[in-house]
Amino acid sequence: MFYCILSYNLEAELEAWSREKAAAAMAKVEVVKSGLARQGRLGPVGRLMATTTAMTVRAGRGGEPLVLDGPLAQTKEQLVGFYIVDCNSLDDAIEVARGLVGNTGGLEVRPLVHFYPGIGLQ
Amino acid sequence: MTEVHWVGAALTAARPQVVAALLRYFRDLDIAEEAFQEASLRALKTWPLNGSPRDPAAWLIFVGRNSALDELRRRSKQDALPEDDVISDSNSEDAETALIDRLDSSAYQDDVLRLLFVCSQPELPVTQQIAVALRIVSGLSVQEIARAFLVTEAAMAQRITRAKRAITESAVAFETPGPAERAERLTTVAAMIYLLFNEGYSASGGEAHVRIPLCEEAIRLARLLLRLFPAEAEIIGLTALLLLQHARAAARLDPNGDIVLLDDQNRSMWNRDLIAEGLVLVEKARRLGKPGPYQMQAEIAAVHSRTARAQDADWARIDEIYSVLEQLQPSPVVTLNRAVAVARVRGPAAALDMIAPLGESLAGYFHFHGVRGALLKDLGRTDEARVAFNQAVALARTAAEAAHIRMNLDSLSK
Repeated sequence: MFYCILSYNLEAELEAWSREKAAAAMAKVEVVKSGLARQGRLGPVGRLMATTTAMTVRAGRGGEPLVLDGPLAQTKEQLVGFYIVDCNSLDDAIEVARGLVGNTGGLEVRPLVHFYPGIGLQ
Repeated sequence: MTEVHWVGAALTAARPQVVAALLRYFRDLDIAEEAFQEASLRALKTWPLNGSPRDPAAWLIFVGRNSALDELRRRSKQDALPEDDVISDSNSEDAETALIDRLDSSAYQDDVLRLLFVCSQPELPVTQQIAVALRIVSGLSVQEIARAFLVTEAAMAQRITRAKRAITESAVAFETPGPAERAERLTTVAAMIYLLFNEGYSASGGEAHVRIPLCEEAIRLARLLLRLFPAEAEIIGLTALLLLQHARAAARLDPNGDIVLLDDQNRSMWNRDLIAEGLVLVEKARRLGKPGPYQMQAEIAAVHSRTARAQDADWARIDEIYSVLEQLQPSPVVTLNRAVAVARVRGPAAALDMIAPLGESLAGYFHFHGVRGALLKDLGRTDEARVAFNQAVALARTAAEAAHIRMNLDSLSK
């Protein structure tokens, strides 16, 4: 089964990280990613720009969508990235998320109903 | 990576919101700061053991508020307690829930804006505004700020104390501001953030490495403001401008720390991530259809950011943006900058005509004489160019500026 692992954190906190802290966090993620890649289980991975760059297109009245500045939901912790991973079980997916979690923030593990790999954007 | 390390980042991130909320409760900057300090000490003790709370800011506000109330009670043996309507002190177990409910983003928004605004009092000298914002909002130590401004710690401490006194004496409204007042506060705060950025950006030589953190701090404050006011075109523009300019930081200084002009920068050293974010923000701002000075400056920076080689810059587009900027914010310096673009599009004679009326207002401005000299040189008016360049050298503020003009002078004698 494919799982989507969604990473949430306080954006303001990520902005306050020192270079060393950011590099250490990156290194930790890289270890997990390369392990999964070796096992042939790593799908697309994305890091999102800050929510300050976000636009929201919402269903509006009379079929005319509303276009708004900012993220869809004002949440305490913001969605900052995602991983698509092939796992044999939910426990397995949780194990991957355990490897990715840091001192703050959290990861949401969600199985995928459908997966379309796209055309392999570079 | 130590435990304290992540707690430190969490405290820095939460600081503006927490101090801002405590300022609203206690209406006193010193009490708010002390309460934050106290809450931080407790966080440093408990968070590494228990993990980060779900909402670090709410945790800190709650703990800080209680510790400040305890402190006030202790002092009240000498003084009367503040009025009930100033300090809402509920002993019920629901206090935390009630507090968190009140911490919705709309209250945060005005709290943080108020905190930034009290630090940006236009009556205060620029360096005091910036110093006090760095101390109170960003939480930099007096020592760190003193280092950035190249003054002693004692001098900086005195400057900050003086600024805080002035802030306490200026009556700042604690009621929720109306739309007009909110807009005015945003403008004032944006100006302070821009000045803070420029303090870091204009540094050169030995100052550079200690002052670059000022640019990063300005960007952090701009993003904080933008998260609270996501549809404010000028705040989007300001953030874009700072990101696009800061993206060039690594290419802007040579190994001696001297400034490298835009045309001569190695563009492969520009930070592509910051540029990508800045360009997205420029597009976002444009959609709102409310042009302003920060947005126009960001648009100009965006033209350069999109251009791989300096000689390929779209100067006609830059001229066009400057003409809008001239209307929005007429100033001789803007016209002078526009003339540089005009020279590339319509030639040096047109540019020289354009700056002719500026001679009086910019007589003491280094760049005016430098630009004028370069235009005269291009027109083959060597003697006049020499006079202009000599005036520029006399007005140069840094060795790099003077050296650049001397190179021009040397090329005239050939």
